[in-house]
Amino acid sequence: MPVDEDAPKPIGRRVVLGSLGAAALGVVFGGRVQQALQKALLPVTLHDPTGLTGLLPAAGRFRIYSVTQSLPRRATAAYRLHVGGLVERPLTLRYRDLTQRLPQTSLRRDFQCVTGWRVDDVAWKGVVLADVLDEAGVLPAATRVHFHSFDGTYTESLSLEQARRRDVLIAHTMEGKPVTHEHGGPVRMYVAPMYGYKSLKWLDRIELVDHVIRGGGYWETLGYELDGWVGRSNGGHEAPTA
Amino acid sequence: MTTIALPRFDVVTRVVHWATAALGLVAVLTGTILYVPELSATIGRRAVLKDVHVITSLLLLVPLAVGVASGPAGRRLRADLLELSRWSTADRRWLRRRTRGAPDGKFNGGQKFVTAMFGGLFVMQVLTGLIMFRPNSFPDAWRTGATFVHDWAYLGLAAAVIGHVVKAFGEPDLMRAMMTGNGGERKS
Repeated sequence: MPVDEDAPKPIGRRVVLGSLGAAALGVVFGGRVQQALQKALLPVTLHDPTGLTGLLPAAGRFRIYSVTQSLPRRATAAYRLHVGGLVERPLTLRYRDLTQRLPQTSLRRDFQCVTGWRVDDVAWKGVVLADVLDEAGVLPAATRVHFHSFDGTYTESLSLEQARRRDVLIAHTMEGKPVTHEHGGPVRMYVAPMYGYKSLKWLDRIELVDHVIRGGGYWETLGYELDGWVGRSNGGHEAPTA
Repeated sequence: MTTIALPRFDVVTRVVHWATAALGLVAVLTGTILYVPELSATIGRRAVLKDVHVITSLLLLVPLAVGVASGPAGRRLRADLLELSRWSTADRRWLRRRTRGAPDGKFNGGQKFVTAMFGGLFVMQVLTGLIMFRPNSFPDAWRTGATFVHDWAYLGLAAAVIGHVVKAFGEPDLMRAMMTGNGGERKS
């Protein structure tokens, strides 16, 4: 008996099963496809005045992970950065101390998130943390630097040795513009060699301490590693960012 | 010959539809907040949103599974599902052609198409979502890949949801049938 050409075929079921296969392929090769797409789309996204292309998954944008109920805003005029704990001279730095008085450093590095996304060539400008630590005078007992955010929840920390690297910035400018509220402005940390979660946003207070306090930081208490080197921690194998 | 009016969708089908719709809407809305940077930053509360997103997504198939498994009561639902999965040559012609006659069954090619889209994109989101939920159990390249697929499939799902709702408002008879069971009857 000949096969009935007009018999309905279970296409719907095949689509669902096929999607499983497509998703598996996408998981394995999606990273590479994304990189290629990102490069191809760059000329478009760079010159898009609407910013709408930034919403496309391949546009190489930042993802905003805000963990609190709502973010308090801080105007630059009212902004104060407190440096305290185990220091000779506790400091209160104003926005213009950070943007004008202290020596400025510019860095251009990739930004790698521990969840897998990477933004190529991000320009940062700010004050090297080590310079601020020197101005405050770190006491010999101090071993770690603990960062507090004015969102009230986000904390992070670095060992003193890590904190003294010249590519660890108190950043106020990103891509040539003041760091926006969404990106952690007016002032945030930028820890070039580590995953994004180590670069604390909405920086409020820097505290010198002699031990790991409260797990070392917000994301550390959720299981991320204390020493968040890109490509060498958290099971990651990405190319280093610094 | 007798003609009797059957409700287009029986009560089991309607309950399954609206329970799935409610869960799906919450999953898509929380996903949207987690995805769009401006919304993420304004609304915050990422941990709670993530939990709601994961839980509603995992519960999404429960109403359908219960409906399909509920013996004789699920008979109409099972028949609808089977019919939605089966594409005839007429359905394929319906999708290709600009002029469209009445479908030869209960559903037309477009309805079958959007059903397949919902099903396919949903399994993609579950598979990639699980990798994003337990990132440490998988190679880091997979996290990037899973996020990539999850993001694009989200755009597809959002389009399917909007398309489905717009079409539904354009068909008051079908809308009433899905609300009350009446309207859009067919003779048998």
